[in-house]
Amino acid sequence: MSDPVKEFEPVEGEEVVESRIYVASQWKLMWWRFTKHKMAVASGIVLLLLFLLAIFCEFFSVYDPNTYDSKYSYMPPQRIRFFGGPGPFRPYVYGFTLKLDPETLRKRYVIDTAKVYPVRILARGEAYKLWGLWTVHRRLIGVGEGHLFLLGTDRLGRDLFSRILYGARISMSIGLIGVFLSMVLGVVIGGLSGYVGGILDRVVQRVIEVLRCVPTIPLWMALSAALPAHWPPLRVYFAITLILSFVSWTGLARVVRSKFLSLREEDFVLAARLIGAGKMRIVLRHMVPSFLSYIIASVTLSIPHMILGETSLSFLGIGLRAPIVSWGVLLQEAQNVRTVTVTPWLLIPGLFVIVTVLAYNFLGDGLRDAADPYGQ
Amino acid sequence: MLKFIVKRVLMMLPTLFLISILAFVIIQLPPGDYLTTYIMQLESTGALVDQAKIEELTLRYGLDKPMYVQYLSWVGGIFHGDFGYSFEWSRPVGDLIWNRLGLTLVVSLVTLLFTWVVSFLAGIYSATHQYTLGDYLISTLGFIGLAVPNFMLALILMWFAYSAFGLSIGGLFSPEYGQAPFSLAKLIDLGRHIWIPVIVLGLSGTAGLIRTLRANLLDELDKPYVTTGRAKGLTEKRILYKYPLRVAMIPFVSTVGWSLAGLVSGETIVAVVLNLATTGPLLLRALQNQDMYLAGSFIMMLSVLTVIGTLVSDILLAWVDPRIRAEGAGT
Repeated sequence: MSDPVKEFEPVEGEEVVESRIYVASQWKLMWWRFTKHKMAVASGIVLLLLFLLAIFCEFFSVYDPNTYDSKYSYMPPQRIRFFGGPGPFRPYVYGFTLKLDPETLRKRYVIDTAKVYPVRILARGEAYKLWGLWTVHRRLIGVGEGHLFLLGTDRLGRDLFSRILYGARISMSIGLIGVFLSMVLGVVIGGLSGYVGGILDRVVQRVIEVLRCVPTIPLWMALSAALPAHWPPLRVYFAITLILSFVSWTGLARVVRSKFLSLREEDFVLAARLIGAGKMRIVLRHMVPSFLSYIIASVTLSIPHMILGETSLSFLGIGLRAPIVSWGVLLQEAQNVRTVTVTPWLLIPGLFVIVTVLAYNFLGDGLRDAADPYGQ
Repeated sequence: MLKFIVKRVLMMLPTLFLISILAFVIIQLPPGDYLTTYIMQLESTGALVDQAKIEELTLRYGLDKPMYVQYLSWVGGIFHGDFGYSFEWSRPVGDLIWNRLGLTLVVSLVTLLFTWVVSFLAGIYSATHQYTLGDYLISTLGFIGLAVPNFMLALILMWFAYSAFGLSIGGLFSPEYGQAPFSLAKLIDLGRHIWIPVIVLGLSGTAGLIRTLRANLLDELDKPYVTTGRAKGLTEKRILYKYPLRVAMIPFVSTVGWSLAGLVSGETIVAVVLNLATTGPLLLRALQNQDMYLAGSFIMMLSVLTVIGTLVSDILLAWVDPRIRAEGAGT
């Protein structure tokens, strides 16, 4: 009795798998395909971590981003050491002593092995308001006395590590909000243009063509340079987001329009129309779900452009401005070769930009492959 | 073919019209009109405000007239080569932009060529050696090219050249050639300097093209006609170059227009970092000082450049791909 069961088991198992595929929803199939794409999954995790850092940047940062002390300007990054310190596996950093080069009169920091500062987890640091709501004193890491500049300091002696985390909040969110705005614009305008057709389609196509002919960065520059200098930071932030999406909705609109044009002729749309479904129902219930996955993929792929756009504008000094910290604003400090050769760590914010952009690209590629029903 | 070209040129006109409106809107964006800024500028430097000059300018640009008249007089001026007046430089805009636009065009075209050559070679290698070390290397480089903002690449290259060779790179000419009239020596000097901006600008475009060419070529190589060719005993080289490559090359031609726009766009910011005497730095300065006729004219002319690029690419495409020619002439 037991033998035949054993014999059939693998076959039954296979059938289970197969029937699982037959009954799985479109989204589940996509999820399965997506998880096969190792690089995309890894990128997704990287992005999640970055978002976590951005959301709780007050907690993860060591100092307030605007705390400055010109005594510590242009400090090189400190290395956390684990061995040979106060105890086994007790991390610590060495302090620095300031030396003046007798010839060039340039400031130089020399590691001072006499100053040992143990690094504490959940240390009491400067008080901060988490999300502007609760006053908290604990930070993830900190040192009791001395200083902890994981990635060095800038011109005014502000901690670069903390500033990068605060910058992550701005740079990552500008990508998301900007892409959301351009998605709304792109889907509505592209959808109308593709579905209604006729004269509206022609006008929209022409406008898109014009916007795509104007070189993006000069146009962004012109628009953001026109923002009044007296605007409060928050308004500038939203204005820049709007400007970024003002140009980039065109790509999405084209995707949506071509999808609408090809789907309009599909049998299932005809069937829905014959049954007597209303226009809105056909669009929302039948057409949109069938290309939503494409939109998600191309939206993901267009976030990097937003982030790079913001970085470029801020780098030029016409994007976000001083009290706001974004990766582009931070890179502004590294604008000439002299700074870069003497203080190369000021380029680290750029590293974050690169990692984020790469992660979005891999994630978008993975999503696109997963969304393609004819892919392997 | 002629019919197609004529039709395509006519289609360009409304685009140009809309672009001119956009440029005009940009000119009008900063608060106050051009003259109030001009007068303020003069007063801040303590210079005397020349009433006659102001009246002349008011008359010339119809600043006391309604908006559409101002627009018409601005556009009308362009046809005579008059782009307006730059108060910052106290010179007509036309005198300032041509030289800069020319250099921008040179840098962009050289970059385009560079992009083509590199991505052509790398794309073919990548597709014919799929999943080898070289393929992975090219793909990785390509991804980095896509992800690194080009101004950062410029900074890193400058830093590298400085720390490794003690060179200070930047600019398009050595100082002694900067203002010199055009000559062969100047051209050679340009050749010595141009490669840095070309690499910086070209990398991301190259990365994109390599990926497209690789994907297209892989698609084509799977098709039955390739198997037929192989069955007939054609050499692998001949099979590759005779048909699949030609089909896979279409994006090279069809994206010229857009990639030109991308190059011009990227060039603006790279030029600021590398201190090139192209449109970028001047445009940025004009925008910061609200020298709007200069800024607007730059944006207008850069866009026109792209429109012409798209036109050329469409004509090339029709020339390469007979299907498009038929479609264009038919409707």
